[in-house]
Amino acid sequence: MMKSIAGKLASVAMGATAWLATAPLTVAYAVKVNDLPGGPAVNQLNLHPPVTKIAADQAWLHWFMLIVCSVIFVAVFAVMFYSIWKHRKSVGHKAATFHESVTVEIVWTVIPFIIVILMALPATKVIVAMKDTTNADLTIKATGMQWKWGYDYINGEGEGIGFLSALDSEHRALSNAGGPKADAPIDNYLLKVDNPLVVPVDKKIRIITTANDVIHAFMVPSFGIKQDAIPGFVRDTWFRAEKIGDYYGQCAELCGKEHAYMPIHVRVVSAENYSKWVGEEMKKIAAKADDPARVWALDEMVARGEKVYSANCQACHQANGKGAGPIKPLDGAAVVLDADKSRTISVLLNGQNNGAMPAWKQLSDTDIAAVITYTKNHWSNKTDQIVQPADVQSARK
Amino acid sequence: MSAVLDPHGHTHDDHHDHHAPTGWRRWVYATNHKDIGTLYLLFAFTMLMVGGVLALLIRAELFQPGLQLVNPELFNQLTTMHGLIMVFGAIMPGFVGFANWMIPLQIGASDMAFARMNNFSFWLLIPAGLMIMGSFFMPGGAPAAGWTLYAPLTLQMGPSMDVAIFALHILGASSIMGSINIIVTILNMRAPGMTLMKMPMFAWTWLITAYLLIAVMPVLAGAITMTLTDRHFGTSFFNPAAGGDPVMYQHIFWFFGHPEVYIMILPAFGIISQVVPAFARKRLFGYTSMVYATSSIAILSFVVWAHHMFTTGMPVTGQLFFMYATMLIAVPTAVKIFNWIATMWQGSMTFETPMLFAVGFIFVFTMGGFTGLILAMAPIDIQLQDTYYVVAHFHYVLVAGSLYAMFAGVYYWMPKWTGVMYNETRGKIHFWWSLIAFNITFFPMHFLGLAGMPRRYADYPMQFADFNALASVGGFAFGIAQVYFFFFIVLPCMMGKGEKAGQKPWEGAEGLEWQIPSPAPFHTFENPPKLDASASRIVG
Repeated sequence: MMKSIAGKLASVAMGATAWLATAPLTVAYAVKVNDLPGGPAVNQLNLHPPVTKIAADQAWLHWFMLIVCSVIFVAVFAVMFYSIWKHRKSVGHKAATFHESVTVEIVWTVIPFIIVILMALPATKVIVAMKDTTNADLTIKATGMQWKWGYDYINGEGEGIGFLSALDSEHRALSNAGGPKADAPIDNYLLKVDNPLVVPVDKKIRIITTANDVIHAFMVPSFGIKQDAIPGFVRDTWFRAEKIGDYYGQCAELCGKEHAYMPIHVRVVSAENYSKWVGEEMKKIAAKADDPARVWALDEMVARGEKVYSANCQACHQANGKGAGPIKPLDGAAVVLDADKSRTISVLLNGQNNGAMPAWKQLSDTDIAAVITYTKNHWSNKTDQIVQPADVQSARK
Repeated sequence: MSAVLDPHGHTHDDHHDHHAPTGWRRWVYATNHKDIGTLYLLFAFTMLMVGGVLALLIRAELFQPGLQLVNPELFNQLTTMHGLIMVFGAIMPGFVGFANWMIPLQIGASDMAFARMNNFSFWLLIPAGLMIMGSFFMPGGAPAAGWTLYAPLTLQMGPSMDVAIFALHILGASSIMGSINIIVTILNMRAPGMTLMKMPMFAWTWLITAYLLIAVMPVLAGAITMTLTDRHFGTSFFNPAAGGDPVMYQHIFWFFGHPEVYIMILPAFGIISQVVPAFARKRLFGYTSMVYATSSIAILSFVVWAHHMFTTGMPVTGQLFFMYATMLIAVPTAVKIFNWIATMWQGSMTFETPMLFAVGFIFVFTMGGFTGLILAMAPIDIQLQDTYYVVAHFHYVLVAGSLYAMFAGVYYWMPKWTGVMYNETRGKIHFWWSLIAFNITFFPMHFLGLAGMPRRYADYPMQFADFNALASVGGFAFGIAQVYFFFFIVLPCMMGKGEKAGQKPWEGAEGLEWQIPSPAPFHTFENPPKLDASASRIVG
């Protein structure tokens, strides 16, 4: 009911206000630029059309507050203007002498108190719903940085995907050049990014925010979310988009000179399209990783292995490969020199001596193959044996 | 022969032995509350102009999408310095100016309690103001972290940040001394018979404001000192890279910042409570409840600060508490509005310029009050936090609130200060011009905020263009109105041009300031006056 009243009021009041406000100034822009669905509309007068339950609740609350406040405002100032009209000296009104009434004071203290409580009650429910970030289908970390967003899919379908999202550089250049020309308007001016955040429709998405440098804020008005991204801390918010489409927001906390130039673009897609997108992204990630089928040359493998060794092994086995105390030497060790590569591979994958030598299976096949090759061909060890990633891969089974 | 420019115009001749300093010494060595009040008011107006120029640069840049005049670095400096200068340079010193001029006159005191400290607290403003303005010319430009100076952005700022912090320390010290002076004056120097509950509302609101200032200025000093040591001395209170907490800065800042909001509005309530009864020719309705309402607002102001921080990610209970507490402030504020309207009810009203500004204040300030109530609702605030809706809201309460009240006060007391009447036609032009321009500037900002335009943006999507253009046009009109105000209304009065004002130029005005000649003599109430039962008239 409130919505239908609100809707009617909206069309009448807002139409009139919009005309009044912009008629004299409907300059070049409004004529040419179009509404951006999911982003701002031309001369938009109210909140974005809601795409989540929370945003719909916020829009309802806003109408509720606007109507209640307007009614009170009109009522109170009707009294004031009536008085201004009737109780003027120029119409011969003589001043009364009353100047206090405890009864009246109590009445107009208690009534606003009750109104305020009634206003706050429906808001309470929404707050509790807003803050419930449990049972998310998909968790994404949004990292604010000067001046772009980083998105990492950390839980749910697409886990492991991560990319940066920055404003289209042409738009940034255009801004410096004085902005888009009135005869060549750009509907998504300052809102176009290279890599939009992609999420499935009708799924609970939990956004974890943090930042690298200063405070930013992740805001998408259509979803009714705005959450500061605070360096050194994690905060969260959530949304469940009910409509497929593109939705836009901008950074909402002053973060330095390019504050106006780090937009947010969320693309809500169907479940199938989301799976397809995840598949493509996963392929891209795989393409970036080392190909386990690749056959390496000895010197390449040793060079790579040296890095892996110094990062992971050197602390115990020492740079000279002699070990120390209970740490076994690698230089000249029978296991290392053995022509049967599977023995060293097994030590690396499973560990040895009850974990005194830990398992290193978290390293990639290529890294394990490289470090073994290195130990087999360094110091006094000159076996000319190469361990290929494929050997490690098959040993993992 | 105005008290503002000529101290020797007064007719008292019982002070031949008292050689009041003349020329520059009169102002630099000033210990007279009226002279110091004048200095404060002129300083505040100068800062209003400086801050206004910055605001107009902002509005000029935002007239169209794209960057035309300034780069984003300078834009952020402009918004930051506009905020700092208006809050600490214009509004706060402005009200202290009113306090200096009017509180001793209203309570029948001969001067402020600590005359030399009074001089000191004014003259501290000058170096602080110069440092703040000079920061624009330092390497890297002025601070650009917003007037709230949020960490860790402040840790990235250039050397001007330190200058601004030092300037704020000085301004804080000045405010604290001013507040001590006001409290001691009011509590110790009232004329016999002027009990606290007979004191004019303006003195009451300033008494409460002064306590707020003493309570929160040190909190601000603490926050910015921690910022300073984070920047230079290896501490990491707010630096997350070393375990500091940037949100803690916000808590400390807003523990100062929210009472600060009331510091800037309570004296305005006081002025309105003087002006409305005078032109309604009827006593202020509900004096006692006004005093209690003001005190309640002051006390509640300490427990609502985190409503500025709903988007930082507070727990549910935190959001609920701060939402309910904030909405409660609407109750005493509503009581004040009702009392003013009840004062007007059945009065015999005339609408000279002070009354126009007072009625304009009540009307437009209430709009800002309602948007405040809307913003207090946490779910709506999530949408509107850091958008132009907030900008619209606080300009409705700070410009149409504090500044309009000061205009009302200037017009109301100008005859007492200068001995001449301002030009009534010009005053009315100033009022209507300001009112219309103000609303053209700030009303469209509500729409921009609802549509999601974030604040402190140097450039914006094209859909926001028309409302921004409208706001810019209004902004320039508003700015020019204030130049008109100074050159065509204030300056003629200060030069003594205009119709001579009588001792009590307003038929319905009450209070001791109207019991002395106009312009107010250099020294007043050297001997405590004998007051009637209402403590608003001198008997014998």
